[in-house]
Amino acid sequence: MSEKAREVAETAVDTQKHWPRVPSGMPRRDFLKAGGALIVGFSSASLIADSLFAQGPLPYRMPGPDQKQIDTWLAIHSDNTATVYIGYVELGQGSTTSLLQVSAEELDFDMSQVRTVRLDTNVSPDQGGTYSSSAIARGSPAIRQAAAAARQALLKMASERLGAPVEKLTVAKAVVSVVGVPGKSVSYGELIGDKRFHIEITGKEPLKPVAEYKLVGARPLRNDIPAKARGTYTYLQHVRLPGMVHGRIVRPRGQGAYGVGAKVKSLDESSIAHIPGARVLRKGDFVGVIAPREWDAVRAARALKIEWDMPPMLPGSDHVYEAMRAEKTNDRVIVNRGDVDAAFSGASVAHTATGTYHGPYQCHACFGPNGAVADVRADSALLFCSSQDVYTTRATVARIVGLKPDQVRGQYYEGSGTYGHSCYDDAAQAAAILSQLAGKPVRLQFMRWDEHGWDPYGPAHVGEVRIAADANGKLVAYQYDGWHHNWAAVEASQQLLGTPAAEWPLGPARQVNPNDCGGMYAIPNWKLVNHQVPGLKYLRGAWMRSPLDLSFSFASEQTMDELARMLGMDAYAFRLMNIANDRWRGVLDAVARAAEWNPRPPASPLSDAKVVRGRGIGLGTHLTSYGGAVAEVEVNKETGQVRVTHLYGAIDAGLAVNPAFIENQISGQLVQATSRMLKEEVTFNKTNVTSLDWNSYPILRFEECPEVTPIVVQRLNQRSTGAGEEVMAAAAGAIACAFFDATGVRMREYPLTPKRVLSALRQS
Amino acid sequence: MPSKIKIRVNGQMREVESEADTPLLYVLTDEMHLQGPRFGCGLSQCGSCSVLLDGVEIRSCVTPVSAANGKSVTTLEGLPHWYAEQEKLAKAPELHPIQQAVIDEQAVQCGYCYNGMMIKAAELLSKNSRPSDAQIRAAMNGHLCRCGSYPRMMGAIRRASEMMHGAHVAEQSAEASGSELAENVAAGGGEVAR
Repeated sequence: MSEKAREVAETAVDTQKHWPRVPSGMPRRDFLKAGGALIVGFSSASLIADSLFAQGPLPYRMPGPDQKQIDTWLAIHSDNTATVYIGYVELGQGSTTSLLQVSAEELDFDMSQVRTVRLDTNVSPDQGGTYSSSAIARGSPAIRQAAAAARQALLKMASERLGAPVEKLTVAKAVVSVVGVPGKSVSYGELIGDKRFHIEITGKEPLKPVAEYKLVGARPLRNDIPAKARGTYTYLQHVRLPGMVHGRIVRPRGQGAYGVGAKVKSLDESSIAHIPGARVLRKGDFVGVIAPREWDAVRAARALKIEWDMPPMLPGSDHVYEAMRAEKTNDRVIVNRGDVDAAFSGASVAHTATGTYHGPYQCHACFGPNGAVADVRADSALLFCSSQDVYTTRATVARIVGLKPDQVRGQYYEGSGTYGHSCYDDAAQAAAILSQLAGKPVRLQFMRWDEHGWDPYGPAHVGEVRIAADANGKLVAYQYDGWHHNWAAVEASQQLLGTPAAEWPLGPARQVNPNDCGGMYAIPNWKLVNHQVPGLKYLRGAWMRSPLDLSFSFASEQTMDELARMLGMDAYAFRLMNIANDRWRGVLDAVARAAEWNPRPPASPLSDAKVVRGRGIGLGTHLTSYGGAVAEVEVNKETGQVRVTHLYGAIDAGLAVNPAFIENQISGQLVQATSRMLKEEVTFNKTNVTSLDWNSYPILRFEECPEVTPIVVQRLNQRSTGAGEEVMAAAAGAIACAFFDATGVRMREYPLTPKRVLSALRQS
Repeated sequence: MPSKIKIRVNGQMREVESEADTPLLYVLTDEMHLQGPRFGCGLSQCGSCSVLLDGVEIRSCVTPVSAANGKSVTTLEGLPHWYAEQEKLAKAPELHPIQQAVIDEQAVQCGYCYNGMMIKAAELLSKNSRPSDAQIRAAMNGHLCRCGSYPRMMGAIRRASEMMHGAHVAEQSAEASGSELAENVAAGGGEVAR
């Protein structure tokens, strides 16, 4: 297995260059000197904590920076380097590097001259959460504008210093020189080194024309990888504070119905008396243990005798779809174009394909379980967490411990990949509750069963699809009805303290998505209906990478495929003749070309062999961007084993700031989509979740991994949009269609496990 | 009560304070502040905590520190030193070839699993410096990656193998490495399909 279409990195790696180490005498911004903590120079976790404490009483309270000021976004140092303050977090997608590219481009810095610092609520601008593939889409415009404002100010200073008009100035590697006058130059560092700009951003500062881009669109290397390769990168799991104890939560193994939670029936504190220094901490039904040594905390959480009251309210994973379908739902029409009912019975309809499709609950399953370190005091608190949205996390944590948001200082440390809203908020809350109860700093680490068992899962889905075409293959009408519940608005920790369960209001990413359900095709009559299932009798839900999109595409693209078969048309040609616009056509063509697609109708001819091969094509995305995929699969009809042998995936995300990072994202999405389509489902009985580790919730393994071909469709003149999740839906559809192409059997439910496949093959 | 256990960690003899039944992982992370091995499952299922014990990849989350008494533990941080010992180099390189290859391939996404990935790959390459793709897949199958970076890890192992040969590393015979590989996989402690 390998990744084929990727370009070879063009430069040899100089690790020092790409992982700028902070010199010991590194200048800090003056407000940091006024009492802020050192937030850079992380060589080991214990050092971070020491450096914080070395400065005396912790300045937990500090107002958030003013986003109108250039100084909030960047500082230029005497050594002619810059620190850029970014309100988005590194999730392993490279966005902190690509946002540096954006600022370096605008200011004409070399990449080796710029660095960033971790997100800190006292220091970094609040740009909102790093989700919905937003880091580049929403993050880059603000950073670009701030850099443009700084450039304008610097050029003005240089003009005075050099005695030449701004129009005559040119900048390279942060050195301003006068065109045509050799030797007359001044560096940014000489102009402003370590002093503040004190200039407001107007939003009208001129931006560099795209045609002059050198760094944006290029492929500088990620700044986090060298330390990750050396083993010196500080993940959240490594953070330690002086005087802290280790904490573990104690909960039932596997969550029950969201609405009812879990109640402590009995608890015997003496059951852990034999473990040195171990203590039980309890508030309401929130229970945890602490101990000075980590292993003792682990042992105490296991040994604690506790009985729980958990009413058997769940439908069980074997009956979840019929239960959801039988609920009284809150219905909303998302799209209603033309007259769908009339169109389906109209004279022009030659073929109608219909189907009911099922997608399971799936778990974020962070590879390293979430954790957090908290020090909650009477009037302030410090919180180290790996939240996608540290500002919101600290606000909730503040409420729970009875403080105001600005009394809590939140700092981001990367955990393992989160792929949406995993347990990071739950862990942050739990750490804060334990710290408050203990009266000292607590490092909380979820165990594997906590993470798998108490995840806010990507919700299960039922989709009913009906699509009609005329005799020439032109789409006439499309209807999609989707059933699923919404996201949980209350974390488990908070709920165990007594806050009643509540769900999010309806909105994008948690309702039928027009981008997956027909939006890529030109359809005169188009109707989408969202049937919101009341969620309190089900598992807690949240956004999980490309929320619901895999289920939408599994249903919709298979129904499109079914129509192609009815029409006797090639699946690619059928989609092409109905395509909505050039950008969808771009990704569709890109994957078809890469896969050397040969036209023929799906499932023709079918083979009698034991192991059969098939290929499928699919389109889909999330809220922005465009995704296309081709899958090649092998099905063993005797064992039911499905193997995805090759996946081609293309994303058009507008201006690709760093195409190499997007290729990496596509590659990962294709593998993760394969895992989710073939293997992943949360299982539960009537009482609680039973998939609690990697054996009971298997994911794709090395030997099962397909070849991948990632393709970035570069659109220099289009706004940058998301690329962290936008090809997964297309891949899901393509894999399902490829299975049909190989076997002539339509899978109505995923994952395509051997058991489910054998059952479907037998029924056909 | 100190356990009187001594282990050689990345070339340095260290005394262990934790009790004898404490999993090695917690000694390495909490006592010695190493950041290579890291908690993933505590169940020997994922490979996040892998270290080399006398050159053999083990899961430190389920290995009591007493089992490492008097032995040599290599973590991700110590791979360059271990490589120099293996290859009888006068001086440890800055990075083990697999670490350099991971950077060159830009293989990582979140990188959390890369401790185990690189430890396992280093073990594989020490026994079979020219592994076939099938041998790589088999050796690595007990190491999970949630980000789906397997194709790039594959590329990194191939690249490291090439780098090692480019640097005139002593070759091993294909026959010997084949049988050693099987033992190596069996000793790995991970789940290996088939």
